Amino acid sequence: MQKFTQLNGLVAPLDRANVDTDLIIPKQFLKSIKRTGFGPNLFDELRYLDEGFPGQDCSQRPLNPDFVLNQPRFQQSEVLLSRQNFGCGSSREHAPWALVDYGFRAVIAPSFADIFFNNAPKNGLLLIQLDENTVDRLFNEVNASEGYRLLIDLPAQTVTTPSGEVLRFEMDPFRKHCLIEGLDDIGITLQDADAIKAYEAKQAAHTPWIFN
Amino acid sequence: MAQTLYDKLWDAHLVKQRDDGTALIYIDRHLLHEVTSPQAFEGLRLANRKPWRLNANLATPDHNVPTTLKERAQGVSGIEDETSRIQVQTLDDNCDEFGITEFKINDLRQGIVHVVGPEQGATLPGMTLVCGDSHTATHGAFAALAHGVGTSEVEHVLATQCLIQRKMKNLLIQVDGELQPGVTAKDIILAVIGEIGTAGGTGYAMEFAGSAISSLSMEGRMTICNMAIEAGARVGLVGCDQITLDYVKGRPFAPKGEQWDQAVAYWNTLHSDADAVFDKVVKLDAASIEPQVSWGTSPEMVVAVNGRVPDPAKAADENLRKSWEAALKYMGLKPNQAITDIQLDRVFIGSCTNSRIEDLRAAAEVAKGRKVAATLKQALVVPGSGLVKQQAEEEGLDKIFIEAGFEWREPGCSMCLAMNADKLGQGEHCASTSNRNFEGRQGYGGRTHLVSPAMAAAAAIAGHFVDVREF
Ligand code: SF4
Repeated sequence: MQKFTQLNGLVAPLDRANVDTDLIIPKQFLKSIKRTGFGPNLFDELRYLDEGFPGQDCSQRPLNPDFVLNQPRFQQSEVLLSRQNFGCGSSREHAPWALVDYGFRAVIAPSFADIFFNNAPKNGLLLIQLDENTVDRLFNEVNASEGYRLLIDLPAQTVTTPSGEVLRFEMDPFRKHCLIEGLDDIGITLQDADAIKAYEAKQAAHTPWIFN
Repeated sequence: MAQTLYDKLWDAHLVKQRDDGTALIYIDRHLLHEVTSPQAFEGLRLANRKPWRLNANLATPDHNVPTTLKERAQGVSGIEDETSRIQVQTLDDNCDEFGITEFKINDLRQGIVHVVGPEQGATLPGMTLVCGDSHTATHGAFAALAHGVGTSEVEHVLATQCLIQRKMKNLLIQVDGELQPGVTAKDIILAVIGEIGTAGGTGYAMEFAGSAISSLSMEGRMTICNMAIEAGARVGLVGCDQITLDYVKGRPFAPKGEQWDQAVAYWNTLHSDADAVFDKVVKLDAASIEPQVSWGTSPEMVVAVNGRVPDPAKAADENLRKSWEAALKYMGLKPNQAITDIQLDRVFIGSCTNSRIEDLRAAAEVAKGRKVAATLKQALVVPGSGLVKQQAEEEGLDKIFIEAGFEWREPGCSMCLAMNADKLGQGEHCASTSNRNFEGRQGYGGRTHLVSPAMAAAAAIAGHFVDVREF
């Protein structure tokens, strides 16, 4: 998992409440045997004018010019700004997979749905919750100035705007630790690698046939 | 202190107790199949990780494989459905890349993962065993701690050989007495589920004991543990005894020579202590269990074959009434209809619950010299593995089935979940030896009735359910 410490990222505004995981990545793409490669189909129904299906060459499809991620000024954005209850609906882990695969490293919103809130950080995606008024203000600023970037500092738990305003955000200490160290559950378990090896050494004498 | 079997297995695999109440548990054996493993392997690759201990893993494709000789003849490339073919091919590629032992599609040892593990001796007493499939409880019949896991846990086990777990509570299902002739392990477990409900075992490790259990063969015990999950328990268990040891001895992955003796000494301790305390105990009288048939859309909706479909008007409460009504509607049945009046369209003998050699023998004994009813569209027999198929053919069971009008297929999950071409049509009733009668499980709009292999064979001959004891 990619470590997250600081990021000075271009911001894309998705001005919509209750962005559900079906919208993030529609069901026809779940047949995939991979957890990468979902980026071209992120927000498929909003992004393209035709119907998407797995295995298509998305570069040949007609783009919806009105969709934010299709506008030239938001290319290469790494921070997604959105409204309340982001990530609601089905529990598919494909949703954070798709956001990360597209290139997003953080999502800022007033609130997130539960399951998505758990899934996202496991995949290195930082979720930042800011109050509704602040998010509103950020939307205005993004829309007003091209090339709008936010400086996110996870260890300090701050977001700094281009004008130098510092916004603090809350973060669960365990999740913060995992993100900073780039540790997924597997990474955390592997911190106990010595204990696992010691267990194996002990068992090799007691139940050697297990290790044949 | 006196311990249950589950307590003993837990303690023996505890790598580390953590402060937050979770524990790191070591996993001895990991079985893989094509459906729940691709993203896990992909995860390993992305993080640049290797499997922690290669020889802990054993893989075989089962869910998607076609069961007709024609489609099987060309191996993976002959699989007509593209998504199925890609999934099977991906398992092959991943196992080759990482060096994991796999019994590929037309290997004689290929089969349903829960049939293959025990058959190879890859499932051993005292092991912790997981697989990305909820019917992994099957392997608990060997006094092994076995349960299903999700895809992220498949990856976790591949990478660390451990799982982060919380300890469950202990539930004892005590079945004493002697079964009537014609009543089988399948009927015991269906009766247990009917008794405690599909959530009765939630949060528990469910141990089966009593004279009716200890007199069962290993195959019967596997049938019982297989469906522990249908009673809500992720783990089913039976203590180790001489029957267990006799089954395991000499199998390809089983210990040999000095190690065998060392293993047996340990395995003989793998049963609950006489004075062990269980959090909950349920007792059943084996002699009063009759052949069971499920009538509804949940495995707890079962009755004896000579019983009737329940009447929602007589349901104990409003929620139950609603669920019975919905089930009757989906199943196209009337309140108080006799079970023996249900006309069948198809019969399926197979699945990880009932596709082993004893299951096929029991069905063949009923089918011998008889004919499948002309009203049936199809009667399928799908052996659980290539080795089961071979054994059955050596015993001439295939001929008995074919002469009676059954189709004799190649091994796989087949119509248990209908991921391949073997499916029910809308509204069709099927007598099935599988484990789930959920809506759409065997095909869109299909109506599943869970029964034992002997009951399924008898139903195929009669065209409707009959009491195999009088057949
Ligand atoms: S036979 Fe059915 S229940 Fe068993 S593993 Fe296959 S699909 Fe799952």
